[in-house]
Amino acid sequence: MSGSDDLVIQVRGLVNQFGSQRVHDGLELDVRRGEILGVVGGSGTGKSVLMRAIVGLREPDGGSVRVFGQNLQALPAARRRQVERRFGVLFQDGALFSSLTVGENVQVPLREQYPELDGRQRDMLSDLKIGLAGLPADAADKYPSQLSGGMRKRAALARSLALDPDILFLDEPTAGLDPIGAAAFDQLLGTLRDALGLTVFLITHDLDTLYTICDRVAVLADKKVLVNAPLHEVEAFDHPWVQDYFHGPRGRAAQAASSRQPSTPAAQNETRTPPL
Amino acid sequence: MATPATAGATMTLDDAGNTLRLAGDWTLAQFTRLQPQTERLGKRAAGRRLDLSGIQRLDSAGALLIATLLQQGELSLAQIDGASAEQQALIKATLATLRPVSHPPLRRWSDFLHRVGQASMELLDQVRRLLGFVGQVTATLPGALLRPRRWRLTSLVHHIEQVGLDALPIIALLTFMVGAVITFLGAVVLRDFGASVFAVELVSFSFLREFGVLLTAILLAGRTASAFTAQIGAMKSREEIDAIRTLGMDPIQVLVIPRLLALLVALPLLTFIAMVCGILGGLVICAMSLDISPAMFLARFQDTFEIRHFIVGMIKAPVFAMVIGLIGCLEGFKVSGSAESVGQRTTSSVVQAIFMVILLDAIFALVFQELGW
Repeated sequence: MSGSDDLVIQVRGLVNQFGSQRVHDGLELDVRRGEILGVVGGSGTGKSVLMRAIVGLREPDGGSVRVFGQNLQALPAARRRQVERRFGVLFQDGALFSSLTVGENVQVPLREQYPELDGRQRDMLSDLKIGLAGLPADAADKYPSQLSGGMRKRAALARSLALDPDILFLDEPTAGLDPIGAAAFDQLLGTLRDALGLTVFLITHDLDTLYTICDRVAVLADKKVLVNAPLHEVEAFDHPWVQDYFHGPRGRAAQAASSRQPSTPAAQNETRTPPL
Repeated sequence: MATPATAGATMTLDDAGNTLRLAGDWTLAQFTRLQPQTERLGKRAAGRRLDLSGIQRLDSAGALLIATLLQQGELSLAQIDGASAEQQALIKATLATLRPVSHPPLRRWSDFLHRVGQASMELLDQVRRLLGFVGQVTATLPGALLRPRRWRLTSLVHHIEQVGLDALPIIALLTFMVGAVITFLGAVVLRDFGASVFAVELVSFSFLREFGVLLTAILLAGRTASAFTAQIGAMKSREEIDAIRTLGMDPIQVLVIPRLLALLVALPLLTFIAMVCGILGGLVICAMSLDISPAMFLARFQDTFEIRHFIVGMIKAPVFAMVIGLIGCLEGFKVSGSAESVGQRTTSSVVQAIFMVILLDAIFALVFQELGW
């Protein structure tokens, strides 16, 4: 499993700046097909900016982003939208449309991209996504403001899954969830990845998430990706921030917890090819 | 027997082998065509095996159809042949989400009655809450007024600037133009009676008694009530109001009193400016097209001026100020979590404030008529 065919996202020499402040300077990043890549970094290192640059919400100030081998910036708008349709994005606060129910939220992209579906078929599909996201059936008719934080994250996940994306971008999905809810979300993500053959780009601060489901971890610091490797290699990487992060009190606790559970998703990943 | 094939995806009943063969792309793009087919098959799927070896692409929409086939035929995952491990996993995950879901039916005609009732109850509730809020503010206001230390001078001055000074140009311009239009219309009618000079009374009378204060109040209802609602509503939706409470402060004192006082100061001042500008508009029109020179206009104005007209106009200003401020602030407090609700409440606050201003103005007119003012 190697070669550029397996790289779904290739970021080369990316530059992003706000005014005179450079957030990224020559950043390079590869995301492989079918993996869950954890992206970590201190506050303000531009994790969300990187995600926005990849999904096309932000025009980078330099460098290139290739997705499925195509340079997004160079594509005409219509082709670009076709590629972008294969993305699912979960924003930090969910970004559910507050005037629509959860079910209607999930149906928005279906209605837009597949107008030939009738109301009952759309209901079937939205109920499926809501179920896959681990929400109870009656959540479909509720409004986002009636849901708890964890349920809203799941509802947003259901919407991002609506068009069966190939790549799922998640911006701190477990932030603000209680540990049980966060662990359940991690579990759900692993299941979905295996069932739907997703590639996941996961921004997180949650060490437990890194240890339980991420195949590889990319560390953002000093305006670059310092290291992008499996966790045990990243832990050993010689950089003060990385050492503080993984060998601080919380890092050690998460490490200890994960070594008690022998299941490593990386091992399962070796044999799997996504159903495409 | 074969069910009609669809481009890219097919479903064939093989009676000899007692299997149902699926082939092609079972994806979302084929869903509209495949879904009725699988549904029509219904119970005929029972007791057969499912052969998925011909399937090239399978996504969750296709898996949903296969899962419904399994459910309809009361089959289990073990009766599937030729599926890869990933396809098995996907179908299994999909099967787990199949559960009886009942969505409430869409709108029916009886919903109309329901909505009428709901709207009526909301209206009653709104009146009740407005009265409650008036009481709350009235109880807080004297205490705040009596203690100048509690006046929150910075906040008060800031709001006076926003409510009063910033609105000055638009109010001056608007009333000037309305004054000019009224004079012109009046003069056209009065000229037929050879009484053009009465245009002076017309504009001074109407602006002192009615238009000065009414135009100002309507403008501020649009400009200030909405601003108050949006400011307080945004704070409410970000839990800032709750933060104020937990810090031992009273939101009414911190947020409402300075805004109300600012309006109470600014609206009468703006009303005065509006009266002056309206009459000035009349003066300019008189000079330009009615052959009434400014000196003559002012002389006539002085002769006919009665202080009671001015008082009738000015007395309404603080009342309108209270109504606009109270409605603007109360609607802000009514905002609930979502950003959409800020928009709804802002609209409602402007509509209510303008409505109340005009209603009160009409009541004032009746009362002053009875009083003979």
